[in-house]
Amino acid sequence: MKVLNVQGICKRYDKFYLDDVSFSLDEGYIMGFIGSNGAGKTTTLKGILNVIHKDAGTVEIFGKNIDGNEIALKQDIAFMMGSSDYYPGRKLKTISSIVQRFYSNWNQEAYEGYLKRFKLDPEKKVKELSQGMRIKFALTLALSHNARFIILDEPTSGLDPVARDNLLELFQELVEKGDKSILFSTHITSDLEKCADYITYINNGRIIESTTKDDLLDKYRLVNGSEDDLNGMKEDMVSSKKNSFGFTGLIETVKLKPYKGINAEVPTLDDIMIYYAKKEEDNAQFNI
Amino acid sequence: MRGISISNKSNKPIYQQLFEQISSQILKGELESDFNLPAIRTAAKELRISIITVKKAWEKLERDGLIYSVAGKGCFISDLSNNELGNKRTNIIRKQMLKDLLFYKNLGISEDEIIKLVKELYSKVLSC
Repeated sequence: MKVLNVQGICKRYDKFYLDDVSFSLDEGYIMGFIGSNGAGKTTTLKGILNVIHKDAGTVEIFGKNIDGNEIALKQDIAFMMGSSDYYPGRKLKTISSIVQRFYSNWNQEAYEGYLKRFKLDPEKKVKELSQGMRIKFALTLALSHNARFIILDEPTSGLDPVARDNLLELFQELVEKGDKSILFSTHITSDLEKCADYITYINNGRIIESTTKDDLLDKYRLVNGSEDDLNGMKEDMVSSKKNSFGFTGLIETVKLKPYKGINAEVPTLDDIMIYYAKKEEDNAQFNI
Repeated sequence: MRGISISNKSNKPIYQQLFEQISSQILKGELESDFNLPAIRTAAKELRISIITVKKAWEKLERDGLIYSVAGKGCFISDLSNNELGNKRTNIIRKQMLKDLLFYKNLGISEDEIIKLVKELYSKVLSC
């Protein structure tokens, strides 16, 4: 079953637009949403949640259009957009007592479990929490109403490596039974290399790839060689960088076949992002 | 089980690493027949890798006849006679050698050179 089906979202701002964004997620999996700063990750997530008005496109969650079913669907969705900075002077327990009223399936036991797990003191005020603790509190609120679909914007940024690792473990625990699904954006790609099943990559408002992580990494190769090698290959590559030893570049694995003897490695998600950004840069220069 | 080590930095796909480590444990007789492998989602969580990656490794093990699945109960190590184990081991070795030989051929190395190198290096491996 599809938990999420996004078709053709467009949203135009003065200097940026989301261009025909489409992707989907099957139930029971973790999808990482990656892209550089300003690529359109948060705008897309806001479009999915109907927080912004879409110029075009549809969003189906659990097979239902969010337009017209928003309130009912959101009972089953957990979302966190950044850390919780609301009511800095209030105690955590006051804020949770307000939030829980919005959810018919609020789970007090789960809430208290997360407080304990994240070592959060409900008697503390929001302004007394560190940035990392604020994120954990926002997550606690998001995860305490038995949501089946969890959407998180940059949940791991601002957390130290140990806290991030704990969080990723929690994500995998959540999807273990197969009835919950997670979509989260991040630019810390090593987090995704550990736990994501699917990756959706957005660049400059457009979806470049949306596929399983394994297939994505398999689709590209990081190559290096002499400058002479580069001259024959340049056209076929996503982009490349010259250095004093020759060049390194990114190429689709299928296009690599004719070039025997070229040193090729499996790229990281970072490599893919870096060379697509380079392509964009090259194109911009070319157009001037 | 003897433990599994996964490297994100290896050029070998993760499902392949998983497949190779489990199949070698089976072929060496370290995993007894009918041993229940962990559920796919549990293994993914414990090894900190993607569910799809584990699924792929388990599917490859099943295709090679090393494990069998029972609906609702998971995957189990196949009951293989010594003869069958030997055959499967030979098959896996043949596949790997074919790949390696292709690589050497592309480097332009002759059969005699390869054999000489294998002899030389195998004695080193034995002492490891």
